[in-house]
Amino acid sequence: MTSEALYIHVTDQHGKRHTLEALEGFRVMEVIRDWGLDIKAECGGACACGTCHVYVDQDWTEKLFAPLDEEVDQLDVTFHVEENSRLSCQLIMTEELNGLEVTLAPGTQKDSVAA
Amino acid sequence: MSEIIETDVVIVGAGPVGLFAVFELGLLDLRAHVIDILDRPGGQCAELYPEKPIYDIPGLPEVTGQQLTDNLMKQIAPFDPQFHFSTMVNSLERLEDGRFRVQTDADEVFLTKIIVIAAGGGSFQPKRPPVPEIEHYEGTSVHYAVRKIEAFRDHDVVIVGGGDSALDWTLNLEPVAKSVTLVHRRPEFRAAPDSVNKMWALEKEGRVKFRMGQVAGLEGADGQITKVILKGSDGEEALDAGRLLPFFGLTMKLGPIADWGLNLDQNLIAVDTEKFETSEPGIFAIGDINTYPGKLKLILSGFHEAALMSQAAKRIIAPDERIIFQYTTSSTSLQKKLKAA
Repeated sequence: MTSEALYIHVTDQHGKRHTLEALEGFRVMEVIRDWGLDIKAECGGACACGTCHVYVDQDWTEKLFAPLDEEVDQLDVTFHVEENSRLSCQLIMTEELNGLEVTLAPGTQKDSVAA
Repeated sequence: MSEIIETDVVIVGAGPVGLFAVFELGLLDLRAHVIDILDRPGGQCAELYPEKPIYDIPGLPEVTGQQLTDNLMKQIAPFDPQFHFSTMVNSLERLEDGRFRVQTDADEVFLTKIIVIAAGGGSFQPKRPPVPEIEHYEGTSVHYAVRKIEAFRDHDVVIVGGGDSALDWTLNLEPVAKSVTLVHRRPEFRAAPDSVNKMWALEKEGRVKFRMGQVAGLEGADGQITKVILKGSDGEEALDAGRLLPFFGLTMKLGPIADWGLNLDQNLIAVDTEKFETSEPGIFAIGDINTYPGKLKLILSGFHEAALMSQAAKRIIAPDERIIFQYTTSSTSLQKKLKAA
């Protein structure tokens, strides 16, 4: 591999910031889950549960692909939704997203009762 | 009096893995009753992604969650499984004769030698908005479904959500309620366009109100709400409310299974990888709900687990019987069982 490693920064539900190596083409949710952070991601990336909900740092919101209808619909049934809410299973890692900064939203912990 | 049903096996969960367990148990002549909280088979496949393609079922290059469910129902039909839908297992106890007594919320009692937990992510339950003290009002003035329209008559009703449930009940309760306010985080809805148009028409006539925002708090006492506090882009608003209907779909919770005394690891049930048995002999856990070193949450892994579990279940039920391993392609006795239907 000649290309530089990609990284994302993820602040967990306790406010701790983690820098995680990411792979191009993987979903941000998958990167977070692979590194063992607490993320429920109940439906496994089918855009069907809202338990991989993240807040995207304002420097990055414009650089992301706009959400598809199904992501917006899913955010309708997710709690604690803000302007910068996204589902991390719908964010695909690319070189342009190297350094992406996100925060895991409340309700994404594995033992969370209200998703 | 509860109805008492005696059986070899009770399977908790009618998702793909629970359904396939019926097949593997059936080949060994074990009959199963299947309990699920949903009103139809399929579990997550049918509830969360019925139309989404699945690409990693061996031999099926592409199949939707609903198609997979339909195929499994066809595959297990020869074994005549007895389904108990819209039902949740409430409690479980071991009897002196070694069997289990399983009590459901539908007032059924099962006496069974084997329990197979194939409950995936747990039981589907309505999502509860993260509003302080909402649980104190549930069942009295906060409801997640409309069972009796009369319970809403002459009340100020606040409905939250943007899907079909929210819009349908906005339209249906408008003639009955004192007032209806629909709350959603944006002015677009994923409900059927016809319902949305009807809602906007009523809103124009002043017969329903629409507010953009989220529920931030409740006021009330003794199980009766009086106000719903909304948080919108232009601040907070307190709406008079006697009934609140939040429609945020379903989530999965482990539910009463957590109280069955089984060894758990991060809300998953720990099992061995030979029999997929839990810490309690005779209780097995297969599919997404179990955990063991190297576990992969794949439907195909659950199918494998169902096959091995069934061998172990047979040994418990018929300890003296010699189990002859057979293939469906060559065994006339297995073929006879499969053609029984």
